[in-house]
Amino acid sequence: MGVIRVRESGLFTTVQDLGREGFAFLGVSASGAADAISLRLGNRLLGNAEGAAGLEMTLLGGTFIFPQGATGALTGSDFGATLDGERVDLWTTFAVKPGQTLRLGPTCSGARCYLCVRGGIAVEPFLGSASTHILSGLGGFEGRALRKGDVLHMGAASGLARERRLSARAVKMAEPRRVLRVTPGPQSDWFDEASEPLFYGSTYRVAEDANRMGLRLEGAAIPMPRDDTWPEETGGNAGPSRGTGGMVSEGVTLGAVQVPDGGMPIILFVEQQTTGGYPKIANLISADFHSLGQLRPRDEIRFERVAWETARSLLSEQEELMASEELIFE
Amino acid sequence: MRYTFANMDIEAGGGARFELASDQSLLVYFARQNRKGRAEARPLQTQITLQANERVRKLLRLLQLEPIEGFRNLHPGYCSLLVKFDALRLRHEEVEAVLRRCLERLDEVILPEPHQVEIPVCYGGEYGPDLAEVCAMHGMTAAKAIEMHAAPEYLVYFLGFVPGFAYLGGLPEALVTPRLATPRRRVLAGSVGIAGHQTGVYPFATPGGWRLLGRTPMAMFRTDRDGLSLLSIGDRVRFTPISAERFAALEKEWE
Repeated sequence: MGVIRVRESGLFTTVQDLGREGFAFLGVSASGAADAISLRLGNRLLGNAEGAAGLEMTLLGGTFIFPQGATGALTGSDFGATLDGERVDLWTTFAVKPGQTLRLGPTCSGARCYLCVRGGIAVEPFLGSASTHILSGLGGFEGRALRKGDVLHMGAASGLARERRLSARAVKMAEPRRVLRVTPGPQSDWFDEASEPLFYGSTYRVAEDANRMGLRLEGAAIPMPRDDTWPEETGGNAGPSRGTGGMVSEGVTLGAVQVPDGGMPIILFVEQQTTGGYPKIANLISADFHSLGQLRPRDEIRFERVAWETARSLLSEQEELMASEELIFE
Repeated sequence: MRYTFANMDIEAGGGARFELASDQSLLVYFARQNRKGRAEARPLQTQITLQANERVRKLLRLLQLEPIEGFRNLHPGYCSLLVKFDALRLRHEEVEAVLRRCLERLDEVILPEPHQVEIPVCYGGEYGPDLAEVCAMHGMTAAKAIEMHAAPEYLVYFLGFVPGFAYLGGLPEALVTPRLATPRRRVLAGSVGIAGHQTGVYPFATPGGWRLLGRTPMAMFRTDRDGLSLLSIGDRVRFTPISAERFAALEKEWE
């Protein structure tokens, strides 16, 4: 089995797969790739299982040496990759000769670029997943982001490596959206009448401290109806902010748009807390999750409300294309 | 208090309310909520909450013993359970129908015997940087506050926020304190905090807004342990005050 030597780690590079579902009762969130569509497509190009572990790079990519060579694919955002100085395209497989160096730089487009290799990245799974959960230091490579000098192992792959590229239709599907589609949240009716036009009519900016746990937004503050007869009891999560009085902590899910006291929405992301005490005005539709993974600080977004049925059919369409033969060209 | 327990009705068999949380999740509530969606009872320290939470635990138990195909994750809360499902295979209506059938069987579900867990805590000083302020707010001595915090047997209502974080209910009324106006950017692992009627232990160094009374050398979440989390939903917890010397000794012993 070949190895990858990390010469430069980049800003924040972690091992990710499609995450670990089923342990929220222990407070363990699913985690997984921030842009799962890109990771899956990278693996498909290489003939790996869709959920094989790859490297998720954030805003600034790393430099990697392959002493034994490899077959790789880069997906997601364009980080200006070169292999021994030669430009490497996204969305296509590329052969790495023994000793060659893959160098990535700052992003030219969105937030995250995925490096997938044939055979996947081999790490000891935690609760069935290779995904890194940074906050708790679990999973992935030693439960942390990569550092200079780390050596990663690649998994074994069978059969011949083939040259493949993604169809234009598939690349288009992976393109991140700036208008995020949502369905109503479980507390939508808590908000007063003026709140919805404000939420759906405003442009929000992604805050600087957006990360895999959540994306704080800046823009029009959503007024929270307060009932002052309520003492603050179980309200709020244990997390960074003060809870909203009266709200009883409950399970929260990926893409939930919480409105804390200050009124600035927070979108819960892959490394989310599993429960929370803020009212939720909306929830991203599953078909748009990957777009969240490509949002950079200061990017501007809007929300568009869609019907439940639309959310379902958009997800079905996305998965049909993911499963289709037209996805990949040899 | 303008809400009374009388207007809470948890029917014998059902009494559950369903709410769509996202295109791949459904929430089941076991306590009725008013117009604004707020539970019509003080959420903690009431018989109502205890009953609702017992139903949460029973439904979780049933779904764990007899897993439903297409159910991907279960997020228990105080009075609710969020079910995340595979939206390509199931629709909300189908998930609700499955859950309704489970609810009819809740009374036969036997919950596992709760573990009684004792957690040693060194209170005050650098271990509990908010103890002095909490005492000042309530006009009590540190000794009294420690005695009160260490007196009850707390119930683990659910685990959430981060791996192994148990929401413990049963904090004495006299210690009920709002959380910090400005949360700390980093709370040390093992910190024991209070917020509202809740208390809990931070398993990892994370941001946090609870007021810190002390710290335990005990690991709340360990990958080399069966069950991973020291505490499970439904467990009973007591805190035992220890000295700084004992804290250092235990920390060394459990390293």
